[in-house]
This record gives sequence, C-alpha cells and structure tokens, in this order.
Amino acid sequence: MKTFELKTVWILLGYVLKAAVLMIFIFPFLWMISTSLQTFRETMTFPPTWIPASPQWGNFMEAMNAGPFLTYFKNSVVVTGSIIVLQFLIMIPAAYAFAKYKFPGKTLLFGMILLAFMIPGQVTFIPVYLMMADWGLVKTLLPQIIPFISNAFGIFLLRQYFMQIPEEIIEAARLDNANEFKIMRKIMIPMSKPALATIALFSFVSHWNDYFWPLVMTDSAAVRPLTLGIAMLRETEGISNWHIIMAGNVILVVPILLVYLFCSKHIVKAFVYSGIK
Amino acid sequence: MASIEFVKVSKWFDRQPVIQNLDLTIEDGKFTVLVGPSGCGKTTLLRMIAGIDPQTSGSVLINGQDVTRIAPGKRGVAMVFQNYAIYPTMSVRENIEFGLVNNKVPKAERTRLVETIGETVGLNDYLDRRPSTLSGGQRQRVALARAMVKNPLVFLMDEPLSNLDAKLRVQMRIELIELHKKLGTTFVYVTHDQVEAMSMADTIVLMNQGVIQQEAPPEVVYRKPSNRFAAQFIGVPPMNIAPLGNDNTTFGFRPESVVVGTEPGSFHYTAKGEIITREMLGAETIYQVKTTEGQAFMVKCLEDEFHVDQEVYLGVPADKLFFFGADEKRVEEQDARYREFMERLRGLAHG
Repeated sequence: MKTFELKTVWILLGYVLKAAVLMIFIFPFLWMISTSLQTFRETMTFPPTWIPASPQWGNFMEAMNAGPFLTYFKNSVVVTGSIIVLQFLIMIPAAYAFAKYKFPGKTLLFGMILLAFMIPGQVTFIPVYLMMADWGLVKTLLPQIIPFISNAFGIFLLRQYFMQIPEEIIEAARLDNANEFKIMRKIMIPMSKPALATIALFSFVSHWNDYFWPLVMTDSAAVRPLTLGIAMLRETEGISNWHIIMAGNVILVVPILLVYLFCSKHIVKAFVYSGIK
Repeated sequence: MASIEFVKVSKWFDRQPVIQNLDLTIEDGKFTVLVGPSGCGKTTLLRMIAGIDPQTSGSVLINGQDVTRIAPGKRGVAMVFQNYAIYPTMSVRENIEFGLVNNKVPKAERTRLVETIGETVGLNDYLDRRPSTLSGGQRQRVALARAMVKNPLVFLMDEPLSNLDAKLRVQMRIELIELHKKLGTTFVYVTHDQVEAMSMADTIVLMNQGVIQQEAPPEVVYRKPSNRFAAQFIGVPPMNIAPLGNDNTTFGFRPESVVVGTEPGSFHYTAKGEIITREMLGAETIYQVKTTEGQAFMVKCLEDEFHVDQEVYLGVPADKLFFFGADEKRVEEQDARYREFMERLRGLAHG
C-alpha cells in the first residue's frame, strides 16, 4: 500500500514537472498571440492584460499594410522553397554515393563536408557577400539561396539513413534493370521519407526564421524576407507598437506550424521506423 | 535457357584472394547447387554471374557470350536473395512488375504476366498488399515471382530458404524442384546446407576455401566423394574418418553403413566400443560410440535397440569402406594402393 502511494506521488511530480516545462515553452507564444489581439492601450497596462477586451483582428491588417508585406512574404517563400528543393537535389545523390558507393577519396570528401558543417555563417559572410557583390547578385534573392544549397547536416543524416537500407534491395533493383536515378527515386526516397521530412522541416524552420544572413546580404525592401520586414515594424514609428509587431510575428510563425503539422506524422515515424527483413 | 562458364576467374577482396583461377561450366537447363561452408566463395561466384560484384580477373560467359561488360539488369538473369530483398514501399504487384516496368513492357502485358505468375506462386489474393503484411513464406514467394516474371535465362538463388522455418523449407524445396521441372531454365542455387544440395541438385558443385572440391551429381558425391572434405561435408552425421597409419592416410565409413551388435560379427572392419550418446529421431537412432582405442564414431541405426553405456561391436562390410591417401584424396578401387590399405585396415581391426 505504501509503495503504491509513493509511486503515485512520483507520477504526479512528473506531471507537475512536465507542466512547468510546457509553460516555459508555451508562455511566450501565448503572450505573443494575446498581445497581437490587444489595443495599444491594453499593451501598456500593468499588470498585463491576458484576455483582450475585444480581439483586435485589425492588427493583422495593420501589420501587413505597414510595409511591402506581400513582397516580404513572397521573398521568404521563394528563398526557403528554393533552398529546400535545391538542397534535396544535391543531398539525395550525395548521400546515396557516400552511403552505397566505394570511390577513392570518399572519406576525405565526407570529412570536408562535415568540416563545412561546423563552420558558422558568421565566419564566412563577408567573403560570401564580396563574392556575391562581385557577381552582381546583391540585388537578387540568390545571395540568400546559393550559400545554402548544400546541406551538410542533411547529407550526414540521410547518409546514415541510407546506410541502413540493405544492400540486397539495391542489388535486386539493379538486376531489375533500374538505373541509379530510378533506384534513388523508387527505392531510396520512398524508404527514407521520415528522414527527408525531418531534414525538410529543420531546413524550413532555420531558413524561414533566418535573420542574420538576409540582414547582411540585402540592401533593399525588394529582396528582404519576412523576418526583416517584421523587425522593421518596430522602426516605423517612434514608440514600439507591440500589438502590431506581435501580429506580424504570428503571421511569421503560422507557416512553420502548418509545415510541422504536415511533417509530424513522418517525424514520429523516423523514430519508430523499422524496415522489413 | 543458358549455360554459364567461368574462365580463369579470380576475385580479390581487400587484397585478399577469395577465388583464384577458377574454371567451371554450369550446364544449360540444369539445377546446379553450389554448396560449401561459409566463406568458401559460393556466393561470390553467384554474384559474379549476376554482375553485382564482378570478378577481379578472368571472364564469365553466359551462353558463350562474355558478360563482363554487361550491366546486371541486361544479362537475362534473375536472383532470389536470402533476405528476399523485397522493395518494402511497394505493393506486391509493384514489386513483381518493377523489372517489367524498367524493361518498358506495356501495361496490359505487364498485368497479364503479373497475374499469371501470381497464380503460379499462389499470391493473387495478395497483389495489392504491402510486403510488411505478409508472412515469411509469402515474402519468399514474392521474391520468386519477381524473378520468374522476367522470364530469365538463368535463375540465381542465394540461400533463399534459410530464413524459413523447417517445415516450410521442406515444402519449398519440393516446390522449387517442381518449378525447375516446369520452367526447364538453368538454376544456380547457393546453400551451405548439404541436405538442400542433395535433395534438389542435378549437379552439386562442392567448394571449400575458394576451390572446387567436387563437381558431380548428388549420388556420385555421396558414393564416391573425391576427398576427405567431400566425404565429411555430405551426409548427416558426416562420414566417420579415422587414421590408417602414421602417414596421414585415413579410412572412413558412413554412419549408416555400420552394423551394430552385441556380439562381434565377421566384417572387414570391426571395433568394440561403448555407447556415449543416443539421439532417438523417430525413424532412426543415432549413437555415438567410443571404441576401446578412444576413437569416436557416429552410427545410424533404423532400430532403437541399444542404450547409453552399453558395450557394442561395430562392423563395416568391405564395400562400404573408403580410403584417403596422405593428400586427403580418395583412393579408388582400381588404385594399386587400395589392396594395401584394405590389408592394413584388417590388421587394425579393433576388438
């Protein structure tokens, strides 16, 4: 009886702890959503307002009208979308070669890729910017895309995943007269969907949210992404319009939540996946 | 249909020779089984035929044509793998027709072929299922169907039954024999299991350490093994081998050739011993007998008449005895040494 009670206490304690951690993560989100629906006056009160008296949906319109919002949004979509598509085009064959081929210099090349993965963007942004300026690309979206089309982390992760796919399946496909592209398309990719979804999600979140790189690579609103646009909401007027800034942030976050909802099924699978013997 | 020929073939793995200068001809339309212990090079030979792991030097000929430079998918061979190697993300139908799609067979023709083959292997009710919902035996059938549907010149099978349970394995063995009879195609089958080799082969190619030990029909390998290795590899339990002298010459006899009795009989070779273990298998009983000289022999009897610790006499008739020279090769009856060895053994008769 006593041990039973002790167990219950532990379980309850576990729930309390989980709830506390959940609050830490969810609190900023809730505050962001709440603030995005408040009036300017409500954002200034103390203690802070939690439930707005009447939700100010107009804040979203105001955030969108504060700058060339559609351009920002389009830039974000084009940049992030292009990065992901190009990354996949390079990453899948690279991971396939590293996982399943023997060729001279393989270890060295793979080491170089991992090395590139470890160098932070802050180290390379000046030479990259100068190079892009040299090529006359600064007025385009390309400086935000080209440096990221090779995803070292993705190649690494996918290679690990590909290595688990039995050699015999690939050999069977070769005997079925499938060429290497067909093997990738019909066998490697369908078998690695969870890994690909995980990589896509990570890539999407990091590039959609990227602030530093576009900040140094762009010099006009025409090529700026949403993150910069929303940061600029702060500077439009003298006082910070927190309700408008937060409305912008909600708009920024929604696509990430959508992509996550879309990918989560596969991401769960990435951890429970087991091939058939 | 096609014959296969290996001409002076060598294979090296990481600067280690696995096979050196091997010559072998596999006859057209025959069920050939490559058998041997693991690491003997049998799978290596099979993969060379398929082209998925080509030889380091020498050439492989299919129907007289050197296929060294021909891609695996264009050699007219189909392979069944030990772990089935089914494409897990495709349905049974997609698995079977993948090769046809790649060979640009029109859709109507494809559907017809898949359904015919599905009928043959008994998979038609499962064509739209995922492989993960099938049992081991059914997956094996998918792998077979996938090979058959391409109507290959040569069927290659790499231990296809070793992942099945014992009962299903026996059943599939019979089905494979029937399949070979029906198709009349060249079958090359790799196994480490001598029972599979004996039961299915037209020709057994027995290998050890990359060298062919014997190439003959099952009954010949059993009755006239070319050397000690062949004698001990084929047969359960393996042939009893004991020294004939101090010169590495040996004599042997099969466990099933021994006559066991409680009184010494008049055989060419007799020995007195004690039963150490007894395995009652139903139709037969296997005893391990330790002779007074300390030699352990396996004995197979149809009757279950003896018990452990019992003292028995073993007798082997002259025509059931085998002799092996110092080079481990079998000494044939016509050989001059045969008589000498027979005499030597008579002197050895124990008890």
